[in-house]
Amino acid sequence: MSATYFTEDHEWLRVEDGLATVGITDYAQEQLGDLVFVELPEIGRSLSKGDTAVVVESVKAASDVYAPVDGEITEANDALSSEPALVNSSPRDGGWLWKMRLSDKSQLEGLMDEAGYKAMIG
Amino acid sequence: MTAGDTKTLPLEDMHQAAGARFGTFAGWHMPLTYPLGVFKEHLWTRQDAGLFDISHMCLFAVDGPQSAKLLSRACPLEAEPLAVGQGKLSFFLDENAGILDDLIVTRTGAERFIVVANAGNAESDEKHLREIAAGYDCSIAVLPFVFLALQGPKAEDVLKRAGFGPLPERFMTGLELDGGGFVSRSGYTGEDGFEIGLPLDHATTLAEKLLTDERVRWIGLAARDSLRLEAGLCLHGQDISPETDPVMAGLLWAIPKPLREKGGFIGAEALASLGNPKRRRTGLRPEGRLPVRAGAPLFDPAGKPVGTVTSGGFGPSVDHPVAMGLLDAELVLPRQPLHTEVRGQKIPITVHSLPFTPHRYRKG
Repeated sequence: MSATYFTEDHEWLRVEDGLATVGITDYAQEQLGDLVFVELPEIGRSLSKGDTAVVVESVKAASDVYAPVDGEITEANDALSSEPALVNSSPRDGGWLWKMRLSDKSQLEGLMDEAGYKAMIG
Repeated sequence: MTAGDTKTLPLEDMHQAAGARFGTFAGWHMPLTYPLGVFKEHLWTRQDAGLFDISHMCLFAVDGPQSAKLLSRACPLEAEPLAVGQGKLSFFLDENAGILDDLIVTRTGAERFIVVANAGNAESDEKHLREIAAGYDCSIAVLPFVFLALQGPKAEDVLKRAGFGPLPERFMTGLELDGGGFVSRSGYTGEDGFEIGLPLDHATTLAEKLLTDERVRWIGLAARDSLRLEAGLCLHGQDISPETDPVMAGLLWAIPKPLREKGGFIGAEALASLGNPKRRRTGLRPEGRLPVRAGAPLFDPAGKPVGTVTSGGFGPSVDHPVAMGLLDAELVLPRQPLHTEVRGQKIPITVHSLPFTPHRYRKG
């Protein structure tokens, strides 16, 4: 069974068996505009909450995507190397960014559910 | 960056209604993108006709018996022999030949010129020109126009179908309209197109009418930047500044040699005494897909610092990253290999001729 969480930095996490798939929300991709490059993280890298995990580059600017929780990177979405625009066209599905093994599941408690996130972006 | 200090475009409501996303540029609340998105907006302009609100830019009218004489002093420009309708790229230079601003000066009458200046320099340009004008028999007026640009291969046909005219027939020519207004065949995209200054009510009517043509879309500032960068055009404050002179900037072509020798304009002595520049502006092509941004350092193959990227981003038409920078002059050679650094990664980058996309101006 999976549960989806949202952060104030406009990321989503789909968590299943202690493994989180992370991406950015539709709202975030709209704000960033058309992406032309995604710098993917190294597999095996340990991240603390708030560390830069991925850098997404739009036509105009570079933006950091932060680790929403502590954990170790287990997989990156290689499809984005050739097709970064997947993040724009399918942010919640084909445009996922990375997967990570959670080190502290209690950190999920501070995150929002979809209704809370929608209320935040208004 | 408080809202109170930010200037709002007269057509802001139209941009809001069109779904624009806004950002601040040179003190103005500007549409950055519309729902089409920067990529498609860019390509749309190269294929059809893109409508830009460039009212942040400033138009001056210089009028009177000594208007040509004033402009020939204020700019490295021979204003007297310009034919009515003819426009020229020129500059305000400081005493060291540093570029205070780049301008387009168009003669619209025997004693009248229109000067188009950059948004970021509008106030200092006006002050500068008024100071120089003190001893000349002419007036300077800021024209309170909404300024629109329609750019792209369909621009002329769109304007004709909308019944708008008369239109200047060749690139870098311009005219004033009866009843108030200025149209020039110019732009900042590398495409054929027009820049049109009109009083608010006329501009609103024209914009509404143009947008009923299916070949026209609003285009935001983000695509304006990627279009001009592909076209190899400078952004003042970024690629050129008071720290760059026309030689470094690669813009000496805008100041003919006989004029440089004759002098008489502000900055002439300094310009004449410039030796070979240490650095020159050049196009740069980063290898791969990662955009290299303004401020990135340039290194020669031995790792020595040799310059800086001044503008960089992604070129949707060429489908690869594009950049411009100031580079040690002896390295400005075709395909000279260099490298830069982005977030600690070494990225190969090579000298590339400008523009990245061929200009398609109407010269005929």
